[in-house]
Amino acid sequence: MKVPDDAMAAVAVAATAAAAAPRLGLLGAAVARKDAPAKILGQARYVDDLVRPGMLHGATVRTRCAGGTLERIEFGPGIDWDAFVVVSAADVPGINATQMIEQDQPVLADRCFRHAGEPVLLLAHPDRDLLRAAVEAVTLHEWPEPSPVFSIDDALAQRGQVCPGNVYRDYLMQRGDIAAGEAAAEVVFEGRFETGAQEHVYIEPQGMIAHVDAAGVLVVEGSMQCPYYVLGTLTAVTGRDAGRVRVVHCTTGGGFGGKEEYPSHIAAHAALLSLKAGGRPVKLVYDRSEDMLATPKRHPSRTLVRIGARRDGRLCFMDIDFALDGGAYTTLSPVVLSRGVIHAPGPYACANARVRGRAVATHHPPNGAFRGFGAPQSIFAIEQAMDGLARALGLSPLELRRVNMLRPGDRSVAGQPIDHTTDFDAVLDQALRESGYVAKREAFAASNARNAASGDPLRHGIGLATFHHGAGFTGNGEVVLASEARVRADVDGRVEVVASSSEMGQGNTTTLCQVVAEALGLPLDRVSQAPVDTFDVPDSGPTVASRTCMVVGLIVEQAARRLRAELIEKAGLPASGADEHAFAAACARYLDGHPRLEAQARYEPPANVQWDETVFQGSPYASYAWAAYVAEVEVDLTTCEVALSGFTAVQEVGKVVNPVIAAGQVEGGVVQGIGFALFEKVSWGGNGAMANNRLTNYIIPTSADIPPVRVFFQEQPGGIGPAGAKGLGELPMDGPGPAILSAVNSALGSRIASLPVLPEDVMAAAAGVAS
Amino acid sequence: MSTPAAHASRPPPAWYRPGTLADALAARAEWGRDLVAMAGCTDLMVGWNAGARRVPSVLDLSALAELRTIEPGPDAVTIGATMSCAGIAAHPVIAARLPMLAASARQTGSVAIQNRATLGGNIMNASPAADNPPVLLAYGARLTLASVRGARTIGYDAFHAGYKRTLAEADELLVSITIPFPPPGAIGYYRKVGTRRAQAISKIALAALVETSGAADGAVVRGARFGFASAGPVPLPAPALSRALHGMPLASIDAGRVAQALAADLSPMDDIRSTAAYRRSVAVNLVLAALQSARREVAQAAYTG
Repeated sequence: MKVPDDAMAAVAVAATAAAAAPRLGLLGAAVARKDAPAKILGQARYVDDLVRPGMLHGATVRTRCAGGTLERIEFGPGIDWDAFVVVSAADVPGINATQMIEQDQPVLADRCFRHAGEPVLLLAHPDRDLLRAAVEAVTLHEWPEPSPVFSIDDALAQRGQVCPGNVYRDYLMQRGDIAAGEAAAEVVFEGRFETGAQEHVYIEPQGMIAHVDAAGVLVVEGSMQCPYYVLGTLTAVTGRDAGRVRVVHCTTGGGFGGKEEYPSHIAAHAALLSLKAGGRPVKLVYDRSEDMLATPKRHPSRTLVRIGARRDGRLCFMDIDFALDGGAYTTLSPVVLSRGVIHAPGPYACANARVRGRAVATHHPPNGAFRGFGAPQSIFAIEQAMDGLARALGLSPLELRRVNMLRPGDRSVAGQPIDHTTDFDAVLDQALRESGYVAKREAFAASNARNAASGDPLRHGIGLATFHHGAGFTGNGEVVLASEARVRADVDGRVEVVASSSEMGQGNTTTLCQVVAEALGLPLDRVSQAPVDTFDVPDSGPTVASRTCMVVGLIVEQAARRLRAELIEKAGLPASGADEHAFAAACARYLDGHPRLEAQARYEPPANVQWDETVFQGSPYASYAWAAYVAEVEVDLTTCEVALSGFTAVQEVGKVVNPVIAAGQVEGGVVQGIGFALFEKVSWGGNGAMANNRLTNYIIPTSADIPPVRVFFQEQPGGIGPAGAKGLGELPMDGPGPAILSAVNSALGSRIASLPVLPEDVMAAAAGVAS
Repeated sequence: MSTPAAHASRPPPAWYRPGTLADALAARAEWGRDLVAMAGCTDLMVGWNAGARRVPSVLDLSALAELRTIEPGPDAVTIGATMSCAGIAAHPVIAARLPMLAASARQTGSVAIQNRATLGGNIMNASPAADNPPVLLAYGARLTLASVRGARTIGYDAFHAGYKRTLAEADELLVSITIPFPPPGAIGYYRKVGTRRAQAISKIALAALVETSGAADGAVVRGARFGFASAGPVPLPAPALSRALHGMPLASIDAGRVAQALAADLSPMDDIRSTAAYRRSVAVNLVLAALQSARREVAQAAYTG
């Protein structure tokens, strides 16, 4: 995506010209990121950069077996144990469980444990080398679980037991009459599709520092997405009320969902050590290996799909059985599952459909939130099944999609009416045009046949994925959250966005400031985001689910408008024609008679968004972004390596608030999707924990592996966010997997049905095609 | 630090950085492998950082300017053991006469690694996956080892005795690698198959040097030397394959013959990066690709010549 240098100039011009009315054109402007200078200059302080007076370092002793019973902890010889702070489950003053959907996961295992890598003992000491030696000197005597369960199939067949039934949640979404649909179907396709675990590889491993301040407040600072989740766990674990616990967000180096939930564990661990050490600061920062070993991954999935259509391609029924490997504790699996279930039918109209979804328990470390949150898994399956059905029908993948895509007037399988603001054909058409899909598909078929005849090892393929992604919390999640945010101004007219939304490199500080500056008619440099500190900012909800720009953006916009209205009413701010100086003067007048100048707003869902979780029907999301992605690959049969030769990503996102940040989200999501499809494979050790927990063995793509990613936006009205913005962050994770595998299968004539697809898999598939 | 005297009862120093090769060899004579020889640190420090192993006593070779050299001669180039991969890749004579070595040096780790990593270290670390050894095997490199007892030069193809074991004695240091220029008309082929395109450890790699006689379709293999990475416990030459191809018309060599010979030469295994089956299969494909490229070059030479 080209970033015009003159975009900045254009903004500046607009700022002067638009003084008469607060229309600065900031929404849609490629303004520079507010967090960039400090990061570029090395001034940003990540948690591991912080040093507190008298600080101790913390470390974690973990189980090695895949579940079992802890018989005894042995403290070995040669260590002066009195010099160490030692914390076990017995030292937890409050509830020994993280506060997620269930309270089944202890912060420190007591007697029973469910997976390898489960925290048992915490140690702290001023000297890191002595700390390392002490960790090695602790022996956990574990009585291992005799028949650990490591696969979805084994969990469902109850070959071994993690928890009764091995199922955390069992959802059913259905519409119409499957039997009638099957009767009407002339062609049926059936397939089984699988995806693997994926590690987030945020650039900054996780970490926290805890201390008790002079006022007796427990302060926990660190790397996180969701300060109020961390606060919730800390109050429960320590038994303190929220007035005596303070959570402060540090500069955070990426999250991707991986810092949604696990930071609560590390925060609790650091807090327990600090409390036991009399309030001394304790830093607990993971290195890469521990981070990869202990923290959650994307849920592995397996999906059984049966779909049928009439000869003309019109879908008659979909019957989908979707299962996620939740690992050893519930964590966020129920909501990952519900999003996966709702996205399982893809962006297609089908009158008779049934999706059953189960999150199952295994003895792997718990899986959790990861960009896309269940949707990349189920969308992968339906997209592959659509390719399979097209093959069975003798139609192209494009034709089958064109016939069945949701159009205005349709209802989705969830029951959501598709409104007239959506023109998915326009998105698809642009993707076809920009990628040359139709012509290349034909050309590749011809060249592959020629190469096969002549012994040339090169094959080419092109694949298409069409999908949509609901933004914000699923179902009634946003209603329950009732997120709050504030905007405040000081006597000089400097404005702060006061929200718990965490900047972690995705750019939300900048976009929220753009929204507020635009609403107040101020230049962007007058607006900043207040540090995210639970003693200062309200709960704006977690920084997840593609919700920040759309939902939090909406409420900060509303708060900004209220602040402006207050100044017009009570401080003589001219209703039109006010520049930053007039704004500052009004702020000064207001603050002469008021203690503070602040406006608040709370999220109120649109009236038409109703969701009945008991029957899985209604409108689960207020807005959907739509996309069509095309991947091109070259497969060299000499080595069976797959090289991406092109990638086209077209999406409709309502309003692009900042084109550079938006394109960055898409490019980054596509790269992460390429990793998911072609490189990233978690190898499980015999104890069910990650065996390749090093970046030399867990392979993510480098820039050398990535083709130019061509990003295009369409902006149709209709998102509920500022100026019609929809959520965007997760969408680009959904498309690369299915598009790339379709391209590989079209290059080889193969039927590979799982991700990741490594050269070893390509070799086996190519051998299968040949024989 | 003064030159260590020859009485073996002293414990080795924690860190010894001699200024001359003579001092380094004297230290080696006294402490042998208790003093771990270290050059670019790009392998050793990764191991230390991974935890378990304690940092050993170190013989730091980084001050030995006499080992950081590239000396082209009329028939060969001699590279000092602590010459960096970056220096090798950038050297005009190597680029022109030993292009496979320039290529493998450029594929060793990242650019930052290439700036520190040395050719000698890549050999002495004795990893079966090391990036430069296949090329050295294909070119027929010779190693010069030195000790206080004197120097000796041996063929590289016999140097690796077993997994992480070499023919170097405890008191010896690798001082240089001599690589003969290939005869005119010899055709090289190098391909590293990594887990990704850059900054990767190889799943399998092949370097081949093929000499032919006769022209175009009638070209016959006069000699062929190979080097494989990640195909067994050590960097492997493929003597059975070399013998099997000797005298064969290029056009007549098929996958079956190559696979049969390689079955004797290679002993790949399943590990965290790949599978034995994949490695075996791709090894055959790479050899065929090397021969195919030789055929193309012979045909091209016939056409232009």
